[in-house]
Amino acid sequence: MELRKSYFADQRKDDLHEIGQPRPRSDSPGHVTGKTAYFADRNFPGMLHLKMVRSPHHHARIRSIDISEVEKHPGVVKVLTAKDVPHNVYTILILIQIGPEDETVLADGKVRWKGEAVVAILAETERAAQEAAAKVKVDYEVLPAVFDMEEALKPGAPIVNEYHGQNYYLYDSGECRKVRLGDVEAGFAGADHVLEQAYQSSPIEHAPTETTGCIVAPEGNDRFTCYTNTQAMFFTLDNASIILQMPGNKLHFVGGTVGGGFGGKVDVIVEPIAILGAKLTGRPVSFIYSREEEMQISSPRAAEKVVIKDGVMKDGRIVARKVTGYTDAGAYSRHSPYGAQKGAGHYPGPYTIPNVWIDTYCVYTNRTPSSAMRGFGVTIGDFALEVQMDKLARLIGMDPLEFRFINAYRDGDMKAHRQPTEGAALIECMQEASRAANWPVAEKYLSMSSYTKGA
Amino acid sequence: MAIRRGRGVAAINYPTGMNLGGDPTQALVHSTPTGNFMVTLSSVDLGQGMKQIMAQICAETIGVPTDRVVVDTADTDTGPHCMGTFASRGTHRAGNAVIQAAREARQVMLEVAAEELEVNASDLETDGQGNILVKGAPQRSISIFDVALSAHFKRGRSISGRGMFLIPRSYPEKETGAMKPSTCYAHACTVAEVEVDDETGEVTVLTVKNVFEIGRALNPKLVEQQLVGGSWMGISHALYETTEPYYPNRDHGGTDFNQYLMPGPGDLAETEIIVLERPSADGPYGAKGPGEMCANPQIPAVANAVFDAVGVRIDTLPITPERILRALKAQAGAPN
Repeated sequence: MELRKSYFADQRKDDLHEIGQPRPRSDSPGHVTGKTAYFADRNFPGMLHLKMVRSPHHHARIRSIDISEVEKHPGVVKVLTAKDVPHNVYTILILIQIGPEDETVLADGKVRWKGEAVVAILAETERAAQEAAAKVKVDYEVLPAVFDMEEALKPGAPIVNEYHGQNYYLYDSGECRKVRLGDVEAGFAGADHVLEQAYQSSPIEHAPTETTGCIVAPEGNDRFTCYTNTQAMFFTLDNASIILQMPGNKLHFVGGTVGGGFGGKVDVIVEPIAILGAKLTGRPVSFIYSREEEMQISSPRAAEKVVIKDGVMKDGRIVARKVTGYTDAGAYSRHSPYGAQKGAGHYPGPYTIPNVWIDTYCVYTNRTPSSAMRGFGVTIGDFALEVQMDKLARLIGMDPLEFRFINAYRDGDMKAHRQPTEGAALIECMQEASRAANWPVAEKYLSMSSYTKGA
Repeated sequence: MAIRRGRGVAAINYPTGMNLGGDPTQALVHSTPTGNFMVTLSSVDLGQGMKQIMAQICAETIGVPTDRVVVDTADTDTGPHCMGTFASRGTHRAGNAVIQAAREARQVMLEVAAEELEVNASDLETDGQGNILVKGAPQRSISIFDVALSAHFKRGRSISGRGMFLIPRSYPEKETGAMKPSTCYAHACTVAEVEVDDETGEVTVLTVKNVFEIGRALNPKLVEQQLVGGSWMGISHALYETTEPYYPNRDHGGTDFNQYLMPGPGDLAETEIIVLERPSADGPYGAKGPGEMCANPQIPAVANAVFDAVGVRIDTLPITPERILRALKAQAGAPN
């Protein structure tokens, strides 16, 4: 890695003692010698292991659940179903007033994705819990499922989630989050070329080294300590407090050393049910995802579809951009309504375009609920935008890097969401990339600056 | 049939934080009797080095070496509220809270030193080595060790401070979408060079040259580990990863690292990282959040490089050999 101090030197003082110094991490000796304690390194006498019985169907009504054989299985201590969870229907963003509550801790009458938690088994050993799980008898009536976002949005599609009533999240702005600037149709009409293209991604896994999990210990004073690898301590505590209808002062969360998160540990999934198990049995409880659960049960990054329509002039100026983004939330909201909205705030990318129209939809389908991941709401949009930029440049016969200089945002430019640009540095990054990659561009682009409209 | 070479470019920006939900983080700082400093938080270190960075920020602000600062974090019985570690917000939000807390603690520390040295607190400065000096007369000084002892056992002062950083929530306007979704933006430009085997559809990423503008590299070594890891993750996202290979079909999802594909050590591209620093107006010592954006530009850069190499557009992620071969066949006019 090289620091190129010549850029923006006038905006920076390099006279600090500790900041800017490559100090060694105080935690690396522990990490590399295996001495760092992660949550799963704790082992309490009498600790129970929690395993979930999960839905084998993408969409089904639950006619009945029979746990009579399970409770007799050697080593099984407690079996939990929906009726044991005090506030079973929840949604995590209710903490910032983004509702409705739309997800069950344990399925109640219905499952909406393959892998949804139905019954929780607490046993003396992992093996006993696993064996007992096979003895749960659930009578399902399989329902039609919908997996494709376009199908889900058509009239008459099976409703994925009755708490929403339609297969998209209803924002205060309607069926999508909207951004409007200028007159995009007039922009297309006056453009030399118009190019409309669609981009698609598939869900991906965070793939942390350490899978999601927690260990809960009753403290004997009606308080419970939850050792967890969550990325957000109070966010998880406060949601657990709502789900369990327990005052927050009964809960003590300890964490802060995590073997990789990447956004996969900001859902509140393992902690509430493990705390409930500890409360109802009076014993410590461990609930740790297997690698299979981490990959297919924990939220992935959403699949997205992005349709971009651009109007561009022969001289390289983009005069209009219309983006329609679809985020596949899966069966439940989790963080997805926020991610789709974040996308609306990100488009049309780091370019100054006078006419912009953005619609972003959060769509429900019968698949594993998606949620936050590194680059949430932005990564797939950037893929689509930057491939589109390449196509536009080639369409008008211009070098792709020079084409970006022509459109790059600079200080003071008005963004589509009506904030003036501050602290821009795209131009300088491209100038340095031109040099580092030996990708020549015309001198006029190398003398541009993010500071002013100059050049 | 041949190995074909191509290169592609992508340029991006990335927002710091989550203003669309309200974005608070708090910190507490206090001194021990011997002049070491404790930072108490509830922020989570995901392995990126959050604790180390908070220690350096506190040390810089108080005016002591970093090894005199201990960070105690992520215990809800002791640490004040933090929204969480996500949205590239950890360093920016918690760092600002630590600065505010450390400034308040520093002020008490200077007041105690002023009493000991019989000068005004405003006439004092720290040397960054653990001493407090009279400006212009550095021979008149006192160690922070002695100041802390005095505060605890003689003067009855608590050398401590409270920090709170809140970005108020921005509500998007319904019709226009007017909003303030972020405070500051990091930037990047990546050039990727690939080889594509037009017989097998396999892509080899030869080099990625990444230029990242991140506000300020508070600790260049930690920045490097995050940016290199992110660059690798971007390539992996572009070419390999998915839990649903035939999305929207739900079948064939991988359940372990044998089935869920990621590049191994032999698949890593030659990676170059160049960092620019344009300090953000509201970041701790100018820092922005580089944690997420560093994994984004490689994806379109690789996609564009594949087109440059073989002349087909793969607009669906991941860009698998199967998709490339199908596109090459379609281009040649053969049935899929």
